[in-house]
Amino acid sequence: MFDLIAFIPRAIVQGIPLLYGCTGETISEKAGSLNLGIPGVMYVGGICGVIGAFLYEQSCGGHVNGFLAITIPLLSCLLGSLLMGLLFAVLTVTLRANQNVVGLAMTTFGVGFGNFFGGSLIKLTGSDVPSIALSATSRYFSRGLPFAGDMGAFGKVFLSYGFLAYAAVIIAFITAYVLKKTRTGLHLRAVGENPATADAAGINITRYKYLSICIGCMIAGLGGLYYVMDYASGVWSNDAFGDRGWLAIALVIFTLWRPNIAVFASFLFGGLYILYLFIPTGTDLAVKELYKMLPYVVTIIVLILTGMRNKRENQPPESLGLPYFREDR
Amino acid sequence: MSSKANQEPLLHITKRRAMPWQAAWAVRIGSIVFALIICAIITMAATGLDPMSVYGTMLDGAFGSERKIWILGKETAVLLIIALAMAPAFRMKFWNLGGEGQVLIGALVTAAMMIYLGERLPNPILILLMFVAAVAAGALWAGIPAFFKAKWNTNETLFTLMMNYVAIQLVAYYIIIWESPKGSGKVGVINQATEAGWLPRIGDFQYLLNIIIVALVTIGIYIYLKYSKHGYEISVVGESQQTARYVGIKVDRVIIRTLLLSGAICGLCGFLMVSGTDHTITTTLAGGRGFIGVLVAWLAQFNPGAMVFASLLLTVLTRGASEISTIYGLNQSFGDILTGIILFCIIGSEFFINYRVHFRKGVGRRVDGGSKPAAVAETAGDDPAEKETGKEGADV
Repeated sequence: MFDLIAFIPRAIVQGIPLLYGCTGETISEKAGSLNLGIPGVMYVGGICGVIGAFLYEQSCGGHVNGFLAITIPLLSCLLGSLLMGLLFAVLTVTLRANQNVVGLAMTTFGVGFGNFFGGSLIKLTGSDVPSIALSATSRYFSRGLPFAGDMGAFGKVFLSYGFLAYAAVIIAFITAYVLKKTRTGLHLRAVGENPATADAAGINITRYKYLSICIGCMIAGLGGLYYVMDYASGVWSNDAFGDRGWLAIALVIFTLWRPNIAVFASFLFGGLYILYLFIPTGTDLAVKELYKMLPYVVTIIVLILTGMRNKRENQPPESLGLPYFREDR
Repeated sequence: MSSKANQEPLLHITKRRAMPWQAAWAVRIGSIVFALIICAIITMAATGLDPMSVYGTMLDGAFGSERKIWILGKETAVLLIIALAMAPAFRMKFWNLGGEGQVLIGALVTAAMMIYLGERLPNPILILLMFVAAVAAGALWAGIPAFFKAKWNTNETLFTLMMNYVAIQLVAYYIIIWESPKGSGKVGVINQATEAGWLPRIGDFQYLLNIIIVALVTIGIYIYLKYSKHGYEISVVGESQQTARYVGIKVDRVIIRTLLLSGAICGLCGFLMVSGTDHTITTTLAGGRGFIGVLVAWLAQFNPGAMVFASLLLTVLTRGASEISTIYGLNQSFGDILTGIILFCIIGSEFFINYRVHFRKGVGRRVDGGSKPAAVAETAGDDPAEKETGKEGADV
């Protein structure tokens, strides 16, 4: 029997990291930077949070202060992803390197960085299992609203998540608002559509590109932090984050570059991601592998359909992936 | 504000004419040396080991024994053939990030034929069939995104990326169906007893045949890109689709044809890996090399000769990293970090090959300290007059 009340919360917690990644990627894509380093950035964000939490747990000796337990991992995560964003921005905006190449190199680097420091921490703790558990700090991340338990199904579906989950939704809506309704958002989109025109209109291309890439990476990094500290209850094991970063990039297309749609689409993707656990296939394990294909197939179909319908407002930003050099015209 | 507006920018950037190739390579090698120094510092900081001995161990891991050199050759060949497959597509500015999936699907078809036709056909016919099927499967996997790109201009970067995961799940599906022994989650060595569908080995050298085939493909791609009409059409389409249409090149046909070739070579790579060396299939068969191959092709600027060196360099790094991970008890991923840093440095160095930085004369007058290029725009605001000063600065 398909258990919807159990399914929805699990789909949502799967969707939250994707939502962070998708919102971050949308911001940088809207300014014309196709950042394929997002999977790496999310790894770095996650591991930096883990390092912060680990150092804090080691130094406080058992007396965990709730405020510090949240701020330290949060800040170290933001710092780590900011540095990755700066790296991408320096290479692609200032040094005008190819975005796809830099992005792929960043993903290689970021995943390696995460697994290396994750592995080192695991060795430091000397545990038998290949993972590191930060249950003390993680408790503060995954604490839901206190009365959620008393409210039955409603509480379980809407109120049972850690604060980062709600933050993801709020950030996505704010991003959608800023991109669509404010002057900053208009300038940002102008930079992504046609940087030469935007430049002529007096918009500072370099500043908008740097800011959009850095902010985008910081938001994406939070997705990694949410995954480790809340979803995985503080357990870091190497490669556990998997291909969610690529899925987040797929989600950007799926949502047609609109973070407000991404809120629901990410839950849908989260659902598709774990659907195989809920579809009764009996002992046939092989078919489950085919169900795992769903999110990607759906993305491909959306990609094809938007290409075919060719509506102007559904297209990628026009200068997506292209470098801008003022004297190149 | 007004004093800033009248300043020449601290530095401005112009495009270079083609740098002599010696100078360009000097810059690239310089960037690799620079990267190695950074890596040494990071190695010391992160692990406390003497970086020289770490590098020594890495070289030892890559070249230390005859066996290690053979493995190095085999791994380089795999990376090289994937990079070669990517090159024609990138030349055309078609970002095929689906190498991973195209290799896997070629491997999957090869493995399927080994399993189902293993005992039914004589070996030479079986191998020939496997080869044809793998190449066709790889071509199909790349042809689908190419078709949609040519017809409806769908975004190929993302389409090919998604095709990877479809291929990975397909392989995962068949691994469970074929798994042997049951419940192990692995396919195991296919046809171990009969060696049906295994590529013959030349003398005692298990990997030699693969290396020879890849060398032939390298030469073939070099000739194809440089001397054939197709290669010429690819470069024209890559430079400007409008120009290509104007001179009567059918752009959509070139796109589909080139991608079929790209996918076919990836399929060949999958065939070589399953039939030639591994004799089994896993979802991590390509192991990220579909992406690393992209980087190799780009680093070599689509020159097959340079690709040999680039793929050798990256393979030495990975092999060396796995050696230090066993000797010093470091994590295998340390190699990815080093690879990443070296790539960033090489990528960054391209800027100094393609552009020239001019400093303003009399740097002492510096006010804004804008070290970024296009720093003019930071102070420019909306005033068109200020734009003018920016332009003048660029003309000096």
